[in-house]
Amino acid sequence: MELSRDAVLALPEIILAASALILLVWGAFAKKTGPVFVLAAVASLAAAAFAAATGPGGRAFGGALIADDWAGFAQVAIFAASAVAVVLCDRWFASRGTNRFELTVLIILAALGMGVMVSAGDLVSLYVGIELHSLALYVLAAFQRDDAKSSEAGLKYFVLGALSSGLLLYGASLVYGFAGSTRFIDIAAATNGGASVGVLFGLVFLICGIGFKVSAAPFHMWTPDVYEGAPTPIVGFFAGAPKLAAMALFARLLTEGFGGALEQWRQVVLIIALLSVFVGAFAGLAQSNLKRLWAYSSIANIGYALIGLAAGGQMGVQSMLIFMALYTVDVTGFFACLAALQRGGKSMESFDDFAGLMRERPGLCLAVTAFSLSALGLPPFSGFWAKFYVFKAALAAGPLATWAAVLGLIGSVVAAFYYLRLIKVMWLDPAPSQTDAPAGGAVAVAYATALFAFPAVMAALIYLDPLSLAAAAFR
Amino acid sequence: MAGILSLTTFFPLVGVIAILALKLFAGDGNERAPRAARWIALTVTLATLALSIVLVASFNGANQGFQFVEDIPWFAGLHYRMGVDGISVLFVLLTAFLMPLCILASWRSITNRVLEYMVAFLVLEVLVIGVFCALDLILFYLFFEGQLIPMFLIIGIWGGQRRVYAAFKFFLYTLLGSVLMLAAILWMISVAHTSSVPDLMRFHFPSGAQTWLWLAFFASFAVKMPMWPVHTWLPDAHVEAPTAGSVILAGILLKMGGYGFLRFSLPMFPAASVQFTPLVFTLSVIAIVYTSLVAFRQTDIKKLIAYSSVAHMGFVTMGIFSGNLQGEQGAIFQMLSHGVISGALFLCVGVIYDRMHTREIAFYGGLANRMPWYAAVFMLFTMGNVGLPGTSGFVGEILTMTGTYSASTWTVIIAATGVILSAVYMLTMYRRVVFGEITNAKLAAITDLAPREVLIFAPLIVGTLMLGLAPGVVFSVTDAATQNLVGAYHLAMGR
Repeated sequence: MELSRDAVLALPEIILAASALILLVWGAFAKKTGPVFVLAAVASLAAAAFAAATGPGGRAFGGALIADDWAGFAQVAIFAASAVAVVLCDRWFASRGTNRFELTVLIILAALGMGVMVSAGDLVSLYVGIELHSLALYVLAAFQRDDAKSSEAGLKYFVLGALSSGLLLYGASLVYGFAGSTRFIDIAAATNGGASVGVLFGLVFLICGIGFKVSAAPFHMWTPDVYEGAPTPIVGFFAGAPKLAAMALFARLLTEGFGGALEQWRQVVLIIALLSVFVGAFAGLAQSNLKRLWAYSSIANIGYALIGLAAGGQMGVQSMLIFMALYTVDVTGFFACLAALQRGGKSMESFDDFAGLMRERPGLCLAVTAFSLSALGLPPFSGFWAKFYVFKAALAAGPLATWAAVLGLIGSVVAAFYYLRLIKVMWLDPAPSQTDAPAGGAVAVAYATALFAFPAVMAALIYLDPLSLAAAAFR
Repeated sequence: MAGILSLTTFFPLVGVIAILALKLFAGDGNERAPRAARWIALTVTLATLALSIVLVASFNGANQGFQFVEDIPWFAGLHYRMGVDGISVLFVLLTAFLMPLCILASWRSITNRVLEYMVAFLVLEVLVIGVFCALDLILFYLFFEGQLIPMFLIIGIWGGQRRVYAAFKFFLYTLLGSVLMLAAILWMISVAHTSSVPDLMRFHFPSGAQTWLWLAFFASFAVKMPMWPVHTWLPDAHVEAPTAGSVILAGILLKMGGYGFLRFSLPMFPAASVQFTPLVFTLSVIAIVYTSLVAFRQTDIKKLIAYSSVAHMGFVTMGIFSGNLQGEQGAIFQMLSHGVISGALFLCVGVIYDRMHTREIAFYGGLANRMPWYAAVFMLFTMGNVGLPGTSGFVGEILTMTGTYSASTWTVIIAATGVILSAVYMLTMYRRVVFGEITNAKLAAITDLAPREVLIFAPLIVGTLMLGLAPGVVFSVTDAATQNLVGAYHLAMGR
């Protein structure tokens, strides 16, 4: 009976694991995989999302896996982003003749890993989830194996990711040694009223390890290189969902496992957050490659999400969840635009490539403009509402978080320069040559996400607001 | 009349949708599309004007509070809340009044990317009217900040030589000011647990906090206004913007700063407003005297008028912080009057710029010989800007100075020199451009006002003279709300 109860609670993960295996066998034995294969992958993601949204709540496998509103909210967002990525990547690689069925399987596996991450209730399942999704992403980054840049990106991602995994494991073992358990609730009991030096030491390593995964400064070095080298739709995938997963896991670890030591970890997280905001803002100024630029933009945006996390409490965690969900839509859309656009058969990656886009592709140009302004956080785009929640939470959390929030706002003025530069290039400059006809699937994704960034977000938040608030109440 | 505010605010979107449909169906090479876009924009802005006239006509001037209020709960405690009172309703009218003129002024001079231009203006109109109608802080911020994007594009795409520099400067300056205001807004909401403007006006913030909040709002509104020393974006933006862009900037966007002071700073932070009054007075008189002197030295007509705008806005800030009825009334009046006059002046410059493609004062001279009608119109608005009795400029200046006199005599004495200085630079410029013999051979064939231009100037002339000769029209609308504002301000001060 116990096992069947646990299996129901872990249904989203089980669906994905089973479908990944089935798809793997299917792909290996079928001579050619067509649209049905992709459709099956999307269907399994949809089924997992449905199970996550409607399934019962509780703790499975002795508390190693938690099914609650938090996991449900994050999983629905992650699986949706993964489904978009499955379709986008399939079309993109197919048009370049480098499509292989493993691509879809790897994305499903990554989604499975992320699903485990957001529902992890134990340091071991946390590690398993992180490794599962990371390994899939390393391979995805290097998926264009004939392209030196792509291989380099995969290798860099792998080496630095392995380092961060090492840090994470070291921290986990320290926490286990000093707190006596790997389960979050037991750690919480041991650290109630402040963490001992040993536990704190372990916690800092854990923060560093996860900081790598979410590419927060000063652990951000891999991000621009990997973004630049990896295939564009893949970047769109791992700039969104995995960050959301890692942040959701971060929030659960810190709030549920180390809630008693809030004042101790808040400073660390705030410092990382502010560093991220300013590194993202200033280093972005010097970029000429848009994928690199968006890497720095994501570093800055993760900084804002971390401010929300550092605010703590239900509001802080809620703001972080909303921020990441809206941001995921934003980057997915931006990289869909990037994936859709080509000039003379070559992908457009630099500022110069985007010159005069407004005259040639007004629709996509408007979409890129919306994503840029949203990433900047200008009203009325979705990024503004994301920041609105973060700063509201920071204000409720006290003066320290408030000052961090104000500094963050000033950082966004610096970052405004590079977003404006992109808009200026697209709207004001003359076009050097004709762009190729954009790929249909990517354009559809771009338009849909752009419409979400503005104006649909203003209606969607009416529903997202109570949902995320409920999700942020850890049981 | 429920819903008329939302209707007026969002009506220009009809034009936006129509033009986008035009773009979609007409194709790129269609030569009739720009013409159709112009007519759509003109029709829609005229319809908006009609709506706003209905709004003002059905506005009850005796009512102190907000009218036509709409209130729909949104999310996270925010509301979609709109409403106007005597202070804001005339700005809605001013916006709707200037917009069709801007479209007309761009009729021939904008030939490049006409559809996008019209869309930018219509979006701008939505946002500007929204600013004056919003009664929820966050909603206000949405409209206030959203304007940066269309304005950035208007300056950046259709502007002059250094348009990119000017557009960036405009955007970044304003953004820095407004993020500080955003922080203050969020703090206020978290303390007062409401984002409703009428509720916040009744909420008493602790005086220590008021200081910070006031400064944060000041950072945004002073840049928008603009006040010395953060005015430097304005001459660049004005000079580089197309004529209609300058009209909107000077006519309406600057007024949002003054409106912000009246709507937020004064009623919500009265203690801090009193505390900072000397600072505002100092900056105002510096603006009046210094920028007047700077204006005198300009060789570019548009830049001269831009600096003159800064000087005239100095009277407005001075009047607002005088804290008495004459001062507030004068400030509101001065803003409306300046909206008409400065708009008209930029249009005057636009007339000769369209013909000669230069704004250098030295290039011109003797225009009266070839363009008598133009000279007469230009003369009227020059006089209006100087503040000649009978024009609207006089009423605003005299009232702000009378009001401030009881608050600070020295301020007024220094500010009064600004009136003389404005006569000096305006008349000098006018003489060099219009009078004398035509010395520049290129001007020999310059033509007088075309019927379209007469059509643009006629309502502005009527507006200037009507405001100047019968200022009571304005006061009958603003009186109750201003008295309410001043009364609450004095009550908060315990006077």
